[in-house]
Amino acid sequence: MYVSLRDRPGSDEPAGAGRAVKRVSSTVMLLGVVSLLTDVSSEMVASVLPLYLTAAVGLSPVAYGFLDGMYQGVSAFLRIAGGYAGDRGGQPKWVAVLGYGASALSRIAMLVATGFAAITAVVTVDRLGKGLRTAPRDALIAEASDPKMLGRAFGVHRTLDTIGAAIGPLVAFALLAAVPGSYDSIWVVSFAFAIVGVAVLVLFVPNLRTAAGTARIGLRRTFRAVAGRRLRRPLLAAGALGLLTVGDGFLYLSLQERDDFAAVYFPLLYVGTNLAYLALAVPLGRLADRVGRAKVLVAGHGALLACYLLAALPTGGIGLTLIVLMLLGVFYAATDGVLPALISRLVPAEARGSGIAAAQTVVALARFASSLSFGLLWSLRGPGWSLVLFAGLLALAIPAAVWLLRGIDRVEENA
Amino acid sequence: MTVRIRIALLAAILVVALAASVGFVWDVRQEQAADLAAAPAVSAGGDVAALRSQPHLVFRSTALGQGYGQVAVVPLSAPSGARAFTTISCERVYATPADAICLSADRGIVTTYKAQLLDASWAPARELPLTGLPSRARLSKDGSLVATTTFVFGDSYANPGQFSTRTVVTRTDGEVVGDIEKFTLVVDGKEITAADKNLWGVTFAGGDRFYATASSGGKTWLVDGNLSARTVTSVRGDVECPSLSPDGTRVAFKKHGDLPPGKWRLAVYDLRSGSETVLSETRSVDDQVEWLDDKTVIYGLPRQDESSASSDVWAVPADGTGEPRVLVGDAWSPAVIRG
Repeated sequence: MYVSLRDRPGSDEPAGAGRAVKRVSSTVMLLGVVSLLTDVSSEMVASVLPLYLTAAVGLSPVAYGFLDGMYQGVSAFLRIAGGYAGDRGGQPKWVAVLGYGASALSRIAMLVATGFAAITAVVTVDRLGKGLRTAPRDALIAEASDPKMLGRAFGVHRTLDTIGAAIGPLVAFALLAAVPGSYDSIWVVSFAFAIVGVAVLVLFVPNLRTAAGTARIGLRRTFRAVAGRRLRRPLLAAGALGLLTVGDGFLYLSLQERDDFAAVYFPLLYVGTNLAYLALAVPLGRLADRVGRAKVLVAGHGALLACYLLAALPTGGIGLTLIVLMLLGVFYAATDGVLPALISRLVPAEARGSGIAAAQTVVALARFASSLSFGLLWSLRGPGWSLVLFAGLLALAIPAAVWLLRGIDRVEENA
Repeated sequence: MTVRIRIALLAAILVVALAASVGFVWDVRQEQAADLAAAPAVSAGGDVAALRSQPHLVFRSTALGQGYGQVAVVPLSAPSGARAFTTISCERVYATPADAICLSADRGIVTTYKAQLLDASWAPARELPLTGLPSRARLSKDGSLVATTTFVFGDSYANPGQFSTRTVVTRTDGEVVGDIEKFTLVVDGKEITAADKNLWGVTFAGGDRFYATASSGGKTWLVDGNLSARTVTSVRGDVECPSLSPDGTRVAFKKHGDLPPGKWRLAVYDLRSGSETVLSETRSVDDQVEWLDDKTVIYGLPRQDESSASSDVWAVPADGTGEPRVLVGDAWSPAVIRG
């Protein structure tokens, strides 16, 4: 798996004889492996949680919806704290270890958690861990990579991450087939994956002292760097686009409303999106390195716009459903790793984690607001009308984002 | 730490993690096998075909071991006695003297569901459209109409109504009447057009009429529906999974009231007097009840004391008196057939 992610010699543009084959740094590969193992672990749990809660614990789907909200909501704010803590101490690795460790421990806590409150608490700890680790980890990736290859580095990391997310549910359902109804087996095996992930992180990922470590800048200067001129416009653009990014759940629901194929395979629709994401994260990351990260980021939202319009059509079919899933994968591949790659070159190195965290939090909160308002619109006017409205607004926001991000790609090259 | 030590440490952790998880799963597997072997066998016996000609109860047998999930039949004269197994496996089953409906799941990496109409001798007669997790199934008294409810989950907090159901009515002779969520919903004289409306839990009332649950904006109603007019009209609030009594005068249902999310009490609503009676079952019931006779309702309850996948069918008087009692152990999804 590692080998295929390196540059194949033939695929690189011949930039002159004797040029060494460029490779993604081993730290990025290791962090990718950590994410892969952790995602196997967390997706194992996430994929059986609805079943577990409704079938074994006896919660209704409504209560599950509430829990799912906790799931999404809690991590946004801790991201900033994680990013800042990584910057401030200059040791993002240990902040990341804390985050991965908390999630790992939450797995084993599922063994003893019974009842709604306990399970909510455990799930919350897991999400807090995720919030805490994301920004320092991305800061490490940025620190370990050649600035010119950041897009690719993030692409490789996200690919490994997604492979883990794809394997997790398979492991979980294979286990449930072997030992029917034994959710404890899932928690134990999930814990094992998580622990090995933490071990790889602790033992092998170098404790890169980021520039932040020597500078040790205070809260005020970090704030100034994050809220400063250079980040203001990209954050604004990311926020505006995030406000118009409808959760995939809604897109999948609107697909299943018009199309029996999508309805029967509803639980598998995300796999289609993940496959496209998996295939495209590295190529689009490299493209971003070459033509400019802002350009690829905005173009990704173009794919999202096409997605809305196709999903809003009154009738569908297998072909159309697959195209929508693919476009959604393109959108994630063009934005998820590209955003931190873009941001990390815009902030001074000593505030990198905080800057990445700020951007990810802005996007997460904007998307949450978007989901709430879209949900409301959906209830009032139905999916088609709401999607067309969001498509229209997105068509206005994209040129605005282009204007906000003008010249950014040049700035980062000089950084 | 040298690289060698770190590699050795990782290898050790890998070995321990692998051994511990394999050991744990193996242990559970052995235990499950032992439980299965030790499970008190339910007494099986009786002739399915012969039982069909007398008043009987059809249900999903949830006794561990052989026959788990299979449809079984007991005579109403001896519901706790030996059960006769059919060869059909269902998650949800309902039957009339003329036919039966079976919602089943093919579990796997991708779980797929299907709805099968069976004839009076349990042979598959027709496949019906079904999408999502089986929840409710009902036939009209004469067996000519079938209704199935399935959950098509939403997967985000902000999703409309947090969940989505599909309730499809089909005439057993062929015509698919369709998704009753597309019917015109009128609540207190006003038409509700909100896209978050859901309808589920159909109980047929003869001819083209039926009762069901409608929900929108977090509220639920008992609705009176008409298949040919394609309308559903609200009768009363806070009613889920209605079930019409054999004499057609009362509706038994799940009432949410001010209970925590996902909890319900059983109650009976008198269509003539408009009065409501809360039943003496104090545990939360999430099932569409069935009437044993005009005085008693029956319903499935998962076992709460152990982590087993079993459940029992309970009976409680429909007038709020008495105590709930187990009617059939290790059973789920009951249907009463009185010929």
